[in-house]
Amino acid sequence: MLDTARIRPDFPLLARQENGQRLVYLDNAATSQKPRKVIEAIVHYYTFHNANVHRGAYALAVEATDAYEAARTAVARFVNAWAREGVVFTRGTTESINLVAASWGRTNVRRGDTVVVTAMDHHSNIVPWQILCQEKGATLRMVEITGDGRIDLADFGRALEAKPKLVAFPYVSNSLGTVNPAAQLIKLAHSAGAVTVVDGAQSSPHLQVDVQELDCDFYALSGHKMLAPMGSGALIAKPALLEAMPPYHGGGEMIERVWDDRSSWNKIPHKFEGGTPNVEAAVGLGAAIAYLEQLGMERVAAHEQELARIAVDRLSQIDGVTVYGPPDHRAGVVPFTYGDIHPHDLATILDKDGVCIRAGHHCTQPLMRRLGVAATARASFYIYNDVDDIDALVTAVRKAGELFGVPA
Amino acid sequence: MSSPPPDLSELYQQVILDHNRNPRNFKRIESAKCKAEGNNPLCGDRIQLYVQLDDDTISDVGFQMPQGSGCAISKASASLMTEAVKGKRIGDAEEMFEAFRTMLAGGANAPGKLAAFSGVRAFPSRIKCANLAWHALHAALQGSAAPVTTESARDF
Ligand SMILES: Cc1ncc(COP(=O)(O)O)c(C=O)c1O
Repeated sequence: MLDTARIRPDFPLLARQENGQRLVYLDNAATSQKPRKVIEAIVHYYTFHNANVHRGAYALAVEATDAYEAARTAVARFVNAWAREGVVFTRGTTESINLVAASWGRTNVRRGDTVVVTAMDHHSNIVPWQILCQEKGATLRMVEITGDGRIDLADFGRALEAKPKLVAFPYVSNSLGTVNPAAQLIKLAHSAGAVTVVDGAQSSPHLQVDVQELDCDFYALSGHKMLAPMGSGALIAKPALLEAMPPYHGGGEMIERVWDDRSSWNKIPHKFEGGTPNVEAAVGLGAAIAYLEQLGMERVAAHEQELARIAVDRLSQIDGVTVYGPPDHRAGVVPFTYGDIHPHDLATILDKDGVCIRAGHHCTQPLMRRLGVAATARASFYIYNDVDDIDALVTAVRKAGELFGVPA
Repeated sequence: MSSPPPDLSELYQQVILDHNRNPRNFKRIESAKCKAEGNNPLCGDRIQLYVQLDDDTISDVGFQMPQGSGCAISKASASLMTEAVKGKRIGDAEEMFEAFRTMLAGGANAPGKLAAFSGVRAFPSRIKCANLAWHALHAALQGSAAPVTTESARDF
């Protein structure tokens, strides 16, 4: 496992006390804390290099542009993108998916076509496709999940019989922790003639990702879940697809020439980056990637999987606790319920002991309906969490049981 | 900056735990003229409220929460509310709502058992849960057809 005693001091916020207790931050699937290196990179950028990018003819502007483009190179390397030009900076996964829906989707999806998503998708990988399908008169087909929280491969196969134009799914589920067999799903989708969109919001922070090996067409990620600032993120795509797509936002930077009545477009990826970008976010994302690469993503994944295994084990020993998600192929996400204590009450009680977990539907209402629950409690781990955090979690959960008198 | 940590036993007072476990007036009233649905999208709390009027008196009131969709605070609040307003006139019920709201906003305690919710003040993230049933009641009495949601109610 990772040496958390050396990692924790890198995260200033973790020194904070909560209700007089050590802060036990277990809501990493929502957003991660930030290491000093990332915070300093942002301060450094504004202290020494700030200027608008891609436009100034002076040295400072060149420095800002270099910092921004260096971050693009870092993202490309981090997920093994097809090319630097295939990395479009966005505000995060949500914007990346909306970009694909608005640009590729509007151009290629027609009346009568099918778009496929899964019942474990986050709202941000469902709603943009609902909007697109409603606009186009296309059909949205939601693939079912199995009882133990995996994509139902038989139903996936049936969905592909409609020859969908596009298939979207999460590499890792934020509500179940399931690590989906992405390469296999992509291969199946391709043989049915579909373009594939992988929601990488939960895989990018936690797994070694290689988009070329996956062979997906689009891959979306959020920086804030992987140590980087909020508002940082990227869409990674096969460059040929981006070349053929119309722009997303019109404005400065994305044009080549503007006539009175029409324009021509800049090269990719700039064609999709209209307006002044969030350079600070990109610089922070670059620093976050450097931090993660130093740890090594394979070790990061192993660390979290071990924590999840221990947490599942320990929570399951409490009478009345139900843990959701598959027994194996699980990332560091542990959703659970406890007797008839509402998850919202659990979260309030745990918070008293400084333990931060999430309670609710986790932006996956279709999944909650299938699990037959209104909400779950969710603990999710990252590089700075350790077994002490699990102890604190389990102790606080037991306390909640006592307070509510859950029959043992 | 840091005030003394709020105590859980003030939030989860015995009367609240009791009404959570055994909610009163937990029933559907088919013939009710006034109905309203309340929704707290934050935690997925959902309530169906049924109000039977006899002139301007609340002759009966019941509520339902779909399986698992009510946290202890919202369920106990709904239960205690039904007890408090049953047999009261519309105007008096609206006054209680006002008093309840004022209490949660930091004002004086609401009358009777409703004061049990004064501890919610120290847990800002739970105020919506406590108010949900009251907003539904208000909507039902106003004859409003649209479901109320705590995200659009103004006093949060
Ligand atoms: C699986 C998954 N997809 C998409 C998102 C949306 O990410 P963001 O809000 O950063 O755009 C999230 C984050 O909550 C997520 O967990």
